[in-house]
Amino acid sequence: MRAPYSDLVRLSGLRLAPPQVLGAVRLIPICRDEAPGDLRIHRQALSKEGLQRVNVDHQRFYHSYIPHALVVQGIAQGTGEGDEAAFGARFVDASFKEGKHRGCPSISHRMVKGDKNAPNRFRMLPLHLAMEGFLAYQMRGPEIMWSEYTKDAATQGLSPRVETSFSGTWLPGWREALALFEVHPQQVGVMVLVADALASVFVTSHPDDYWSLHRSLIEDFYGALIYEYGLLYPSVAIGETRIDPTKVKSVAELRAAVAQTRRDWTEFGELLSAGLLQREVRFETVRTLGAFTLERFIADLDPNEECHIGERIVREDGTLEYLKTFRLSAAQVRRGHLLKQLAAADWSLEACAELLRCTKDELVRRLSNAGFGYILKPHVLAAAQAGQRS
Amino acid sequence: MTSAIPKKSAAPTPTARERVEREDLLMFINACFSCTGQREFYSDGFGQSVSIDFLHRYILGNYRLLYARTLACGVNHFNQAMIALQLLRTGKDTAPAHRAEENALITRALETLPPHRALHLLERLAKQGINNRRTRALTRAFLSQKKDRDFRAVKYRRAFRKAAAHVHLPFAGELGAFFTKGWQDRRFQTPLFESFRQAHYAAAAVYALPFSIAEGLAAKHKIPHAVFLQKIAPQLTQNERLRLQEVSAEHLGERYAIDATRLPPTQLASYIVSQTEALRSDAERKELLRHALEVSARRAAGRMQTSFPNVACVLDRSFSSSGSNEKRKRPLAVALATSFYLRAAARAYQAFWTAPVDDELLVFPRGPTNLANPILDALDTEPDLLLIVSDGFDNDPPGVAAQVLEIAQTLKPQPGAEKRKPPFVVHLNPVYDVEGYAPKALSAKITTMGIRDAEDIPTLLLFARFASEDASLEELLNHLLVRVKTFLGNATTAETTEVDG
Repeated sequence: MRAPYSDLVRLSGLRLAPPQVLGAVRLIPICRDEAPGDLRIHRQALSKEGLQRVNVDHQRFYHSYIPHALVVQGIAQGTGEGDEAAFGARFVDASFKEGKHRGCPSISHRMVKGDKNAPNRFRMLPLHLAMEGFLAYQMRGPEIMWSEYTKDAATQGLSPRVETSFSGTWLPGWREALALFEVHPQQVGVMVLVADALASVFVTSHPDDYWSLHRSLIEDFYGALIYEYGLLYPSVAIGETRIDPTKVKSVAELRAAVAQTRRDWTEFGELLSAGLLQREVRFETVRTLGAFTLERFIADLDPNEECHIGERIVREDGTLEYLKTFRLSAAQVRRGHLLKQLAAADWSLEACAELLRCTKDELVRRLSNAGFGYILKPHVLAAAQAGQRS
Repeated sequence: MTSAIPKKSAAPTPTARERVEREDLLMFINACFSCTGQREFYSDGFGQSVSIDFLHRYILGNYRLLYARTLACGVNHFNQAMIALQLLRTGKDTAPAHRAEENALITRALETLPPHRALHLLERLAKQGINNRRTRALTRAFLSQKKDRDFRAVKYRRAFRKAAAHVHLPFAGELGAFFTKGWQDRRFQTPLFESFRQAHYAAAAVYALPFSIAEGLAAKHKIPHAVFLQKIAPQLTQNERLRLQEVSAEHLGERYAIDATRLPPTQLASYIVSQTEALRSDAERKELLRHALEVSARRAAGRMQTSFPNVACVLDRSFSSSGSNEKRKRPLAVALATSFYLRAAARAYQAFWTAPVDDELLVFPRGPTNLANPILDALDTEPDLLLIVSDGFDNDPPGVAAQVLEIAQTLKPQPGAEKRKPPFVVHLNPVYDVEGYAPKALSAKITTMGIRDAEDIPTLLLFARFASEDASLEELLNHLLVRVKTFLGNATTAETTEVDG
């Protein structure tokens, strides 16, 4: 397995089509002209309530609303269809009732899990894989036990580390937009923008998979910014390309002009997604499956920039086969940024305050406001608050 | 034989009042061809009904006479019923000079509407408490028609009774006994009434009743589907047979025999697009339906006596042509029927779908609305008439189709090429747009007409001529007068009776 490395998220082998605007939501179709079909992704419904506990490893649990998982299956070339047995099939006796343990979270094992009986596939929890990566960032807490930190911070780190996001069902107009969107025949993915802020990018390997997963986007989670923009902006302008009538002399030239407008729309799509696609992100390899590698990534946590986290599957030759991203909210980026600076300063508050060009009291208040007050001793917090008042 | 393409006429510059009146009237006629008050792909049913209701009230208030004359234009049944209702509701606003004409128009409209629409219109009059002298006279005349009276009393029992009681219609014959308390305790001389009474007690009597009534009573007697469907077969109307094709195939093992060639093309196309998946594997049935659609389109085309020159048609089969729960695949059905209709009617015809189709009969609604490229392909064939059947939401790329059409109109012929006029372009839109009070236009410079049935295309092209800049209000009004005359004078004019199946 490769060590973590920095690179760009590239949409290699993919093409952006002109966007469709439905209310505040702009959806940019992502098309793949030739899909070999050797990697297929299916949806697997999890428990009805959707509340899941994931045993990430022996020490850590991840709790969230997870309505579905994705099953990724590699299909060997030349053998036609792959093994069609249902993933996670089980025998239950007649008395088994699904809703018996209502309200209790179901338990999943690990974010990505292979299938003993079929080595060519694995089950993953989409986007939660990336979110877990973000939550685990610097979660171990201070490595040097400075006197300001509580004992719990040293023994348990930042646990419990909590972030909030918004279900797609809450986004105003999102359900309608998904229902009314016209899926292209070669479409394998979509770029979601709310009030022209990039919310998420979703790419699959095969157009049929996209078609079946399109409606499942309502079950995903989105950042706070996207929710707020959905509330604030009832609609966005479609935007228009103009063909200059004076420059067109024949039907053939008109055809060329139409082709040009398509290229313009592609450029526009690239411009809107620059915050994700033109910034280096840090990749971490999670699993390999034949020629495919599953990686998760996290952008450099800079409060002045758009920050996206996500996961992708790439083929050996660099073709993007699967991508799902999440836009962190400004508060989430600030939290990540603070942790990054603390880690850079070996968790020394003084050194970190210097790095951030502020006083130690200011840093303590910032930590407290960001929701990390629980790792600091109460008297440290009180002193910082008193310093503000005086 | 009239030509489908208008000739230029030099009209004097219209006054502002004339221009507004002409635009209002055309907007209303357009809306009345396309809107049915039902849910559409991009808008809900409530919005549709509020919007069309407002438009009706606006036109009624400002142009009452023209509003009434719209009844003669062949607009769809929903709007005919609505116009009749609004006119009856506001009877006292009628100018004395126009009273006779208005009465004649409403009476004729009520006669030409399908019976269920007519009776439900009368029921609505009763519900809304509209009870003026004209309404009473109209209801009386309609309900007393000897020919269908007893049949209607059974099939539309509630509506009939409500309408009759509302206008204090003296019940003739056994109607009184049939509608009043105690009807279950006596024998009727009228066979249909007697069957209706018996069917409440004996399963065997069910089969003498109209299907929609028998259906409920069969459920009451718990008659098995297979037995009921077999025995009720002789009672079924053509429309019921069409509707029950799949049900009969499931329970009887074979479909009810229908003469599909007798169906109007759009109704048949609507049935075909509902069958796309099943037809993929059944080549024989597909050819049968194709033949039926061809024959049906030919007959519809032959009836209209309009000559179409070289026609190219751009047809929208994007996902939005799947319509809504209430109008399943209606826009797609209209596109399919248009294609067959024009193939039958035009000298030369070529179809360009938004995504290529191998076999038109297997067309299904999928993909984005790419109108620009099919339009360019159509322009390459240098047609005289270019029709675009689409809901007007052009998104791949957005807004380009309109520019392509506008620029194509201004293109000069290539040096050396044969000198040709640019094609006459009409956009036919099966979907009413709530906010625009008209079908959504691709571009303000392209004539947009609402369409309900492909069979209406010649009529729509006539109106398209008035909508394009070169016709005056006067010409439009004269044309309306001619249509009124035909509507009132000729009881069997194909054009007025065939619209909307």
